[in-house]
Amino acid sequence: MTAVTYNWDFSFLWMYRWLLLKGLGFTIVYTVGSIVFGLVVGLLVGLLRLSKSWLVNFPLVAYIEAFRCTPLLVQIIWFYYAFPVLVGVDIPAHAAGMLVLSLYTGAFYAEIFRGGVISIERGQWDAARAIGMRHIQVLRRVILPQAVKRMIPPFINQSIIQLKNTSLVSTIAVADLLYQGQLITSATYRPLETYTTVAIIYFAILFPLTVGAQVVERRLQKSD
Amino acid sequence: MSAAGSPPMIEVSDLWKAFGSLQVLKGISLEVCKGSAVALIGPSGSGKSTLLRCINLLEMPERGRVRVGDQIIDCARGKLPPDKELASFRARTGMVFQLFNLFPHMTALQNVSAGPLFVKKLPAGEAKELAMALLAKVDLADKAHAYPSHLSGGQRQRVAIARALAMNPEVLLFDEVTSALDPELVGEVLDVIRSLVEEGMTMVLVTHEMAFAHEVAKTVAFISDGAIVEIGTPRDVLEQPQNPRTQAFLARFHSFARTFAGTT
Repeated sequence: MTAVTYNWDFSFLWMYRWLLLKGLGFTIVYTVGSIVFGLVVGLLVGLLRLSKSWLVNFPLVAYIEAFRCTPLLVQIIWFYYAFPVLVGVDIPAHAAGMLVLSLYTGAFYAEIFRGGVISIERGQWDAARAIGMRHIQVLRRVILPQAVKRMIPPFINQSIIQLKNTSLVSTIAVADLLYQGQLITSATYRPLETYTTVAIIYFAILFPLTVGAQVVERRLQKSD
Repeated sequence: MSAAGSPPMIEVSDLWKAFGSLQVLKGISLEVCKGSAVALIGPSGSGKSTLLRCINLLEMPERGRVRVGDQIIDCARGKLPPDKELASFRARTGMVFQLFNLFPHMTALQNVSAGPLFVKKLPAGEAKELAMALLAKVDLADKAHAYPSHLSGGQRQRVAIARALAMNPEVLLFDEVTSALDPELVGEVLDVIRSLVEEGMTMVLVTHEMAFAHEVAKTVAFISDGAIVEIGTPRDVLEQPQNPRTQAFLARFHSFARTFAGTT
């Protein structure tokens, strides 16, 4: 058995620091962008899902389940390579990436919203209606303020996962952090240092966020 | 039951309500005159709470008619009237629930002022003033800024009564409002209801407090299996029930029977 004697050397990466930073910039833009668009989609779909109408619900459930029950990687590839064939319009990689990431996370957000709203006891609806509030007022004044509190922890979790999910857009040549890592690797033939560094960057951003999420969660519990 | 000349404040006629295949109300009619209290008694699952919830349309009956004051809702096949009409109908009646259903994210004061502020669109200052006055009325002025989680069951229920009163309702509906309370807290809630009866508030109470029903109600209706089996004065229904089902039900309230033994 020969001992693995690998000579670690990270120094060459200094040369590529701007490339990595640019990649990180893309990663953050895709994360924030898809969270914002996903939030809009999720809020709309989640609230519409509260409707009792089968006609409203069926397409929304179809959307949610289509995105929840297929791998994100498959969705990205499908939207980039297959969808343009279907509609006859070329979609640039960055648009396809943003679109899929937003729709994907929107499906999860929708379920978080719906779950938050239906977790509020029926008695709250009764009491608010009994003093003459209209449906929209009940939601705004009574249900949502309570539901949002319950939605925050899963929302933060989903958003943290979303930052990691963005790495998948590197497969369609969107220049995110992982993609830049691949470029550097192919130029330097030093995958160990490069991918370790990439991993450390992801970790350095996400770890404080998960710690922050736990703090928020504990505060919310206390205020109950 | 209505006093000669003046029409009853609440008029329910031929009300039918089913949950799925379970027929809960089977053609109930009931009149409540202005300023009087009607107590609904009966075994659990008999439909008395559903009847109460139909009076302010928290449940939509599939058939029948409900009138409160001068507003009439005709129910056909459980079809809901427009949201706006429903809301304005419900605003005329106040309701107090078994489990209080206070808004946990609002203080006692905010709970009481929510209706005047958001529904009646009163200016914030006026709504607050009104809410403070009502909290004082239920003897909770010192708890105005407390959240429901910091109040006892009896205090929560009194806040809930103040919240219902804040809409200045023509009618109050009480749905087993003492059933979830520790026995030593029941009295303070009943005291508040008693004073409202004395002020001439029109009310319908679903209750298991037979002694209280006897004391404050002008009319007692015994409901069983979705229909009013027996209705009359407390003395008639509670002390000398004619219907075997009423007799069987009341036989279970032995302490009540003892309390009123010899009063006839």
